[in-house]
Amino acid sequence: MQLSPKGHSERQPMSDDEMGLLQEAIDRIVEKAQAFGLDFYEMRYEVCPADIIYTFGAYAMPTRFSHWSFGKSFHQMKTQYDYGMSKIYELVINSDPCYAFLLDSNSLLQNKLIAAHVLAHCDFFKNNYRFRQTNRQMVHAMASFANRVLQYEQDLGRAKVERFLDAVLAIHEHVDPHPGSGGVASEAKAPSRPAFREESPYDDLWSLDSIGKVTAPAPAVEQYAKPAASRDLLLFIMERCPDLQDWQRDILSSLRNEMLYFRPQMETKIMNEGWASIWHARIMRELDLTPDESLEFARMHAGVLAPSRFQLNPYHLGFHMFEDIERRYGREKIFEVREVDSDVSFIRNYLTKELVERLDLFLFAKQGDEWRITATGWEKVRDGIVQQITNCGFPYIYAEDNDYNRRGELYLRHAFEGVELDNIYVKKTLPHVYHLWQRPVHLETVEDNHRVVYNFNGQDVERKMLS
Amino acid sequence: MASSRFSISREDWSLHRQGQMDQERHLEKVREAIKRNLADIIADESIITSDGKRMVKVPIRSMNEYRFRYSWEKQERAGQGNGNSQEGQVIAKDGSAQQKGPGKGPGAGEDAGEDYYEALMSVDELGELLFEDLGLPHLDPKKQPDLTAKKYQWEDVRKTGLQANIDKKRTIMEAMKRNLLHGRAPLEGFSRQDLRYKTWEEKFEPQTSAVVLAMMDTSGSMGEFEKYIARGFFFWMVRFLRTKYDNVIIHFLAHSTEAREVTEEEFFTKGESGGTRCSSVYDLALRIIKEKYPPDLYNLYPFHFSDGDNLSSDNAKSVELVGKLLEACAMFGYGEIDATAGGPAYYRSSTLHALFQREVHHPRFSSCIIKDKSEVFKALRTFFGPDAMAAVQGVS
Repeated sequence: MQLSPKGHSERQPMSDDEMGLLQEAIDRIVEKAQAFGLDFYEMRYEVCPADIIYTFGAYAMPTRFSHWSFGKSFHQMKTQYDYGMSKIYELVINSDPCYAFLLDSNSLLQNKLIAAHVLAHCDFFKNNYRFRQTNRQMVHAMASFANRVLQYEQDLGRAKVERFLDAVLAIHEHVDPHPGSGGVASEAKAPSRPAFREESPYDDLWSLDSIGKVTAPAPAVEQYAKPAASRDLLLFIMERCPDLQDWQRDILSSLRNEMLYFRPQMETKIMNEGWASIWHARIMRELDLTPDESLEFARMHAGVLAPSRFQLNPYHLGFHMFEDIERRYGREKIFEVREVDSDVSFIRNYLTKELVERLDLFLFAKQGDEWRITATGWEKVRDGIVQQITNCGFPYIYAEDNDYNRRGELYLRHAFEGVELDNIYVKKTLPHVYHLWQRPVHLETVEDNHRVVYNFNGQDVERKMLS
Repeated sequence: MASSRFSISREDWSLHRQGQMDQERHLEKVREAIKRNLADIIADESIITSDGKRMVKVPIRSMNEYRFRYSWEKQERAGQGNGNSQEGQVIAKDGSAQQKGPGKGPGAGEDAGEDYYEALMSVDELGELLFEDLGLPHLDPKKQPDLTAKKYQWEDVRKTGLQANIDKKRTIMEAMKRNLLHGRAPLEGFSRQDLRYKTWEEKFEPQTSAVVLAMMDTSGSMGEFEKYIARGFFFWMVRFLRTKYDNVIIHFLAHSTEAREVTEEEFFTKGESGGTRCSSVYDLALRIIKEKYPPDLYNLYPFHFSDGDNLSSDNAKSVELVGKLLEACAMFGYGEIDATAGGPAYYRSSTLHALFQREVHHPRFSSCIIKDKSEVFKALRTFFGPDAMAAVQGVS
């Protein structure tokens, strides 16, 4: 979880006096939080410099293995910070005890607000049902995996290990916390809706220059997957690829565990940030702030909750939804919701007509070279948001056959639900899957209402129409 | 007691360098990718037409983290307005949605189908990668030193100078001498007159001398593409020579039916019209050599770029003059820009390149044909690459 609004001015690191004041303030913050009924693990606050916060931000954990892709995002985040374009205030780890990293160039007030904010995150980690299965000692598991990766690199050469990591990272989002359940989670069955062009008042205009490629309603998908199909690609490959070596299985299995650990955070982003935001606001209001501090608090809170035109701000949406639920059903209800819901059910159950209108939520899409609002009706907007966050925004890909063509080839199928895949990325990702599987791989999907299959045989990617 | 439920600390993180190390690895991969795509990158218009000073965006394939993802453009997304958003309202035009978005969440900040990653580099950095293994072939070090590089040497000791350059040892010696002369203990006080300062001299270190004659056809038959390629080549050639060799002398010669020496700026910006008589520029090159650069004292490098179209009545003379140039020069490089790639072969058989292939047989004659932008890179390597360096070794 990261709190990262835009715009900041660079400060000196916190002084020892300020550290003392922060300690006293956190003492009161913890007291208030407990009085509000928040239930969290023991907190370990670490005040550290920007480089460290950005490292942890890029790796999502303090002890993760080394890979150039993390270096790339570290560089991007750090550059944005250096240019004052955005800033991470904190990072909090789902662990027991709970580690929270504060930026030492934050002002005293900023760090107070953040100390309160992360307490509520920790309460969420500890109590939300999706986090029940997560390993609270993951910091150690990741550290030891990082060491093994280092060892593999020393034994086998960096290029070889890096190449394999590249390949696993290309599909590491495709894990299933409950493998063997037949694959299809209930949330996968989002109703297939007609595409936006059907509903646009300008449809006739747009269809003029797109004859022959108009996106039409999704063809009914008769079945999502055969019984043996698995949407846990990592597990499928780990178990069924005959030629993997031990170090390769270790990497597959460890990266799978890391993704299973991170997934609940991805599935509860709106709730978690909303929850942390209502509590940081309430706790801060209970503190004795000077007028200057009150102003700074108000400014920071408004900055964090600022709505964004092109992307939902989870802080803003979650904050207003929790407040609305509390107004309608009382304080106890929000504690219940934070325990039993995740973003998909949260939106589906509690995003009301009144909220959609008050927050002025809409759906938009690209039409020609313009980005246009395609829906403002509350049910469409609600369903659109659900579709966007289903499976954390990743397409569902099923491994259907490990012996395709009776030649041990891998057959994957995209469970098409109305949105096409980025075909350039498909072509670039298949070679990674091939690297893991070590035999030809196929991916079936739907493009322009036709079933198509891409395959990669080690040389070229080919595309074939099926129907 | 709430305080038992938390601790706060600040540690020394200065040895934690993981982010920086992986960032370094990423940059290393970026550089590798750039090197693989150098041929495409260096011929890019934004670079060739730049003043060479600003940063350029370098597109690199393969640095993306590929995965299965939805097509950004074929997807509806949720956004938020300030109170009165209407269906059908245009909220952004082409691509600006991504620029303004905070760049978070799956797919944000990336266009569908955009399969490259952009790195920001200066033209100099790009040049460093490009020039790594390039050099002037057949450079004879015995020729008269003229190409000079400055060198600073501590040479002299003086009584006045900069305080920072004080020569302690000599100052103490002076003090001892003076004190002993007056019958005092050797180190009994310093006086202003004891102070000695080191001073340096600028030295000119002799280097082998090289003169490059950049010759370009600017006649009417040179179209946009041909001029672009020729300039692209000379742009990098000039940068290459200036990066690797101090004060190499470059003359810019433009010609149609007549040849004249032009300034560097004119060379890169002005076009002319009219027919083509290549012998005119070879003649001018020979005159310049005769007047200023005796061949036994200078390493001479004439390079000529044209579209291959020459007045046929001029061909015999051109071949003759190229022969004369070869006698005087370390190498003669001829580049021909062929915009009609794949066109009728009979047309190409009458070009200068074909003529030179038939008539000029000399180990220091080097030529190449450029068919598209990315072959500027090939031309640079033909003339200055490791193979060229090896091929002319030992031939004098």
